[in-house]
Amino acid sequence: MSLKIVVLAKQVPDTRNVGPDAMTEQGTINRAALPAVFNPEDLNALEQALRLKDQFPGSTISVVTMGLPKSAEVVRESLYRGADEGFVVTDRTLGGADTLATSYTLAQAIKKVGNYDIILCGRQAIDGDTAQVGPQIAQKLGLTQVTYAEEILSLDEKARKVVIRRLIDGGVETVEAPLPLVVTVNGSAAPCRPRNAKRVMKYKNATAVAERAPEAAEKYAALIAEKPYLNIAQWGAADIEADPAQIGKAGSPTNVKAVKNIVFKAKESRTLTASDEDVEGLIKELLEGKIIG
Amino acid sequence: MANFYTDHPEIKFNLESSPLMNRIVELRENGFANEEKSDYAPADYADAIDNYNKVCELAGDIVSNVIAPNAEAVDAEGPHCENGRVRYASKTYENLEATVKAGLCGVTMPRRFGGLNFPVTAYTAINEMIAAGDAGFENIWSLQDCIETLYEFGDEDQRSRFVPRICAGETMSMDLTEPDAGSDLQRVMLKATYSEADKCWYLNGVKRFITNGDSDIHLVLARSEEGTKDGRGLSMFIYDKRDGGVDVRRIENKMGIHGSPTCELVYKNAKAELCGRRKFGLIKYVMALMNGARLGIAAQAVGISQASYDEALAYAKDRKQFNQAIINFPGVYEMLSNMKARLDAGRALLYQTARYVDIYKSLEDIERTRKLTDEEKAELKLYNKLASAGTPLTKGMNAEYSNINSYDSIQVHGGSGYMLEYACQRLYRDARITSIYEGTTQLQVVAALPHITTGTYTSMLDELEAAAVAPEFESLKARAKAMDDKFKAAIDYVKAAENNEFLDLCSRRLYEMAGNCVMAQLLIRDASANAELFGKSAKVYLNLAEAEVAKHYNFVKSLDVEAMESYRKA
Repeated sequence: MSLKIVVLAKQVPDTRNVGPDAMTEQGTINRAALPAVFNPEDLNALEQALRLKDQFPGSTISVVTMGLPKSAEVVRESLYRGADEGFVVTDRTLGGADTLATSYTLAQAIKKVGNYDIILCGRQAIDGDTAQVGPQIAQKLGLTQVTYAEEILSLDEKARKVVIRRLIDGGVETVEAPLPLVVTVNGSAAPCRPRNAKRVMKYKNATAVAERAPEAAEKYAALIAEKPYLNIAQWGAADIEADPAQIGKAGSPTNVKAVKNIVFKAKESRTLTASDEDVEGLIKELLEGKIIG
Repeated sequence: MANFYTDHPEIKFNLESSPLMNRIVELRENGFANEEKSDYAPADYADAIDNYNKVCELAGDIVSNVIAPNAEAVDAEGPHCENGRVRYASKTYENLEATVKAGLCGVTMPRRFGGLNFPVTAYTAINEMIAAGDAGFENIWSLQDCIETLYEFGDEDQRSRFVPRICAGETMSMDLTEPDAGSDLQRVMLKATYSEADKCWYLNGVKRFITNGDSDIHLVLARSEEGTKDGRGLSMFIYDKRDGGVDVRRIENKMGIHGSPTCELVYKNAKAELCGRRKFGLIKYVMALMNGARLGIAAQAVGISQASYDEALAYAKDRKQFNQAIINFPGVYEMLSNMKARLDAGRALLYQTARYVDIYKSLEDIERTRKLTDEEKAELKLYNKLASAGTPLTKGMNAEYSNINSYDSIQVHGGSGYMLEYACQRLYRDARITSIYEGTTQLQVVAALPHITTGTYTSMLDELEAAAVAPEFESLKARAKAMDDKFKAAIDYVKAAENNEFLDLCSRRLYEMAGNCVMAQLLIRDASANAELFGKSAKVYLNLAEAEVAKHYNFVKSLDVEAMESYRKA
């Protein structure tokens, strides 16, 4: 059996090496001052995908990224390491998206990719640290989700079930879940394998339309006619049939009011179960305390 | 993130900044005729150079982020012998997995067998970086270049069976040394017997000091001609570990390169196949094997020199004494400048030699498919000669330089450098073998001597002298010319004695003069092309080399045939 694996990857500013100019006056990230990198935990997710591909020959890995045209770089990087194809979702109307609009957009893109067995992504991106996008996509696609995964231990193709080890407070737990599903992978999972020399040479000239200088259009056309795999598919909002009200700024209820340095003072923590009751209770409490709302 | 390749622009310069590179790529790609057949073949020269750079960059990433961070643990753990097999240090498996997944295997092999079809020059760049990360692991990785010899002298059937396996990441070893056959390989006794019944050869005996001796595919030197005692009775065999019959009896306890298992092997009726022609084992194939390996050791030595310099420089900038960083003291910065100068000079010679090797080997490969033109034949002959002169010079000089540089690296560290916590002591232990294995420095001198007396080096120097340099380096060039003249005068003086033992006695001095003169010229050439990278080193190296040449000249001139008596039998 072969699997269709979707990996979500994001190009992020490298917040691991921040200088004094890393933040703007407005308290947002100064993207110009930081080099753009492959979000680290997405690389962990890619490795899990590549291991599944090793185990189930004939499987394909499709990488989906949303961002500026230059985010095609994460697709190339994925191709260098063993992914089969990539999609760049880029459009001016997608700008300013919060996690809700982002997960809607990515869910639409995943629907367009179609026929997926497993969707893998990093737990969270280092530019926002929300860890919301993966779970929201699962919700929007109506799929099971396993978060904080460290390793896909086994996958039973006939029963269409997967066994995953995930990190929990104070230890790990092993869970079984049905395919298809969304898995968010933690940074403690195996690091991603390196780029492969032959694949780097094969895919180094792969580009998305938006990256190509208009004057070089002919050159690229000839190149892609000869080697179709050098075209990285590019989708705009219309291509993924996105509702304009749910994307970009329009689809983003989040507003950053201020950014403050917070020193954690609370010494105690509470552990809640995943039951609806506990979750509801917490939401009520947060609403009452005007922490959210 | 650290990347050994982009952090050391000198490597990139050496890889691509030579007019010979155009010819090398043209020959290697056979006029770009293979382009359609493979989806990773370059379309033209610029594309090929870009490929080398991109692959060096991914190798640089693995060196900085996997191999170098693992080096201390590998050094401490080392390999173990269990039930006749080698178990590497645990982190060695991580290194192997990274290099295999990255496809850094069969680097110089043709694409039709799954190789990268890179020139030796590009392979050398990857090799020196891996050595800088962990010189012991470099042994295991770089033994892949034994496949060159199998490719060159094996038949098409052997190539198609073995080359793809190396390109997929299997490892190799060259089983030459025996307890009584070290430098003198004519004494090899491992017995090869042909069985008419089984239509194959069987090997019996013992090999010693075999690097990576539990490898997947071995090239073995064995005595196929019963009753013979010299090199003409030896043939080369391929032993495939899948067939069994060779066990590891023990692993040596070494001073350095702990990551590399040095094995004693016992052959008990080990099935093997002949590679090439009978009786050509030592005189032709092992010589080819050793020349490739010597270039590899030169790259390993340059890698160790680089790592030694990097460690020393970082420490000298960080360490404060008398209220300032110690790099501000002349006693320290002179050491560091000299280290960098030796490193840059040795690297220039390494890549120059690699280019010579590339041109003649590519022409030889083309000769397997078609007749060469007269011009090509002349070119092959010339570069073969330059490669055979360059190889022992770059191996010996770089091995000695890596010893000096790693020694000085400890010195810059002071007392801390003597402690096992710092990498410089590992580099010092690792460097020590480079001037011993694959032929001691003394044997490199023997290999270089014919080129000293017949003028290969002096004609190299004449050609380098004739090239124009930027005005700011003209005065250096004049001083280098004066050094060359001293070298030539020393050769004439020694040859005039017409005494072979006297020539041998002076040969080490002449050899070092050849090295100093050639490297000075190369470094001036490089500084002229890129003053920012090499300007300082060219000036510093000239001071060093000029003093060395004067010293050797004075020494040689102080000797005559009668003076040999004081040296005989010590």
